Amino acid sequence: MISMVRFLLPLMLMAVPGWVYAAEMRVAVTTSFHNSGLSDVLLPQIKQDLDIDARLIVVGTGQALKLGRAGDVDAILVHSKKAEELFVEEGYGTHRREIMYNDFVIIGPSSDSAKVAAVTSVNAAFSAISASKPIFVSRGDDSGTHRKELALWKLAGLDSNAFEPNWYRAVGSGMGAALNTASGMNAYIMSDRASWLKFKNKGDLKLLFSGDPVLFNQYAYLPVNPAKHPHVHNEMAKALENWLVGKKAQTMIGAYKISDETLFIPNATPN
Amino acid sequence: MIDVWEGILQAFRLVYSLDRDLFEIVLLSLYVTLSAVIVASLIGLPLGAWLAVNRFRFRRATIALLNALMGLPPVVVGLIVYILFSRSGPFGVFGLLFTPTAMIIAQVIIITPLIASIAHQAIRDLWAEYHDLLISLTTSKKQRMKTLIWDARRSLLTASLAGFGRAIGEVGAIMIVGGNIDHVTRVLTTAIALETGKGDFALALGLGFILIGLAIAVNMAIHVLSKTERGGQW
Repeated sequence: MISMVRFLLPLMLMAVPGWVYAAEMRVAVTTSFHNSGLSDVLLPQIKQDLDIDARLIVVGTGQALKLGRAGDVDAILVHSKKAEELFVEEGYGTHRREIMYNDFVIIGPSSDSAKVAAVTSVNAAFSAISASKPIFVSRGDDSGTHRKELALWKLAGLDSNAFEPNWYRAVGSGMGAALNTASGMNAYIMSDRASWLKFKNKGDLKLLFSGDPVLFNQYAYLPVNPAKHPHVHNEMAKALENWLVGKKAQTMIGAYKISDETLFIPNATPN
Repeated sequence: MIDVWEGILQAFRLVYSLDRDLFEIVLLSLYVTLSAVIVASLIGLPLGAWLAVNRFRFRRATIALLNALMGLPPVVVGLIVYILFSRSGPFGVFGLLFTPTAMIIAQVIIITPLIASIAHQAIRDLWAEYHDLLISLTTSKKQRMKTLIWDARRSLLTASLAGFGRAIGEVGAIMIVGGNIDHVTRVLTTAIALETGKGDFALALGLGFILIGLAIAVNMAIHVLSKTERGGQW
């Protein structure tokens, strides 16, 4: 036991945890924002300009809102307008600030048995899928992307609750895991463009449909209300918001590209 | 199969390039798991000994429960620790959520029953052997436990190493309570989950091989330092 302690103690001392920095805040962000790689570009600049270490908790929109409600993060960056408005209405967030948008795309096997590539609207695409019933992977995790998908079925006049599980597969996991599942089953799936472009296990899948304005996906930033949770770092949350809507960040967001494609379109109203 | 080969190459590349981020992740993995193993051993080993030498009314039920808890689902432990340490939970004031400390707490809960159960098993067998001797020497219960723990130390090492094995490969609980924050709470297992999510199987597999190598290295090191399995010692 003694020799074990003698061996372990230096190791424990070596790994001085990095959470002792002063200017540190926590932001819950959606998987799509992080998977796109945009955060890797913005975070170092935030550190340099504001001297803030923004620690990202990468979760689905549903969980991000939950973390904000519990006061476990200082701000959230998500994409589900209705849920966000409710969050502010209930007093958990001080306000909602739109930052940028990207879009969703429909991915499927290159053989495209449902003929999604031929249609011109997202309504038609979803109707085509539900008509020929190829395997479709749904996030099923109450994330922003999942909520959007459910809304789109509804918009096409379809009841996603009634879909049989033999073709409609709700996997209950993040975008990456869901894409892996779709790749493995050669299935259809709705993804945000950024996650799709960054995804490395595409297999036989390809982008079949995009461009319908209905598929636009607005990201908003919501600082957690210090009136509800006095311990949150509201000053830092505000500073970060001002930085995100500022000219520099907005330009950086617009200039961010993967394989020559623009991923996010900045649309914040300046101060 | 290409993926596995790519993974092995990736592992070598990562180790060879002495990647700073990798070093940080490996150290945090070791820090969290070894801390958890030490704390869980300090609780589990005496608990195992205590259960072996004491006779009380619900002993059998207690032992059965302890054995059952060996299969505690990490995700549930993670969720409970999350709820307890969330800002709106009872221990929220400590602000421990999304820190390595919270990860250690979750792992201690997961592996303590495992360590205690194996320790109990080993000490019970030894106690059957030592029973008459220790009783005839009119030893106190405390002295008996101490003697048994010391004489069973090699088996108890196995108990602790089993705990280490379960903790180092654990991902469900620490993902929830740690949050997989880059440079703060990202460890090998959560990094593997992240890279898998990105579809980068080669990198995920590379990290996986490093994790396996790390587990082997730690076990080796502990065996060498505690001088087990040497020639002449059976």
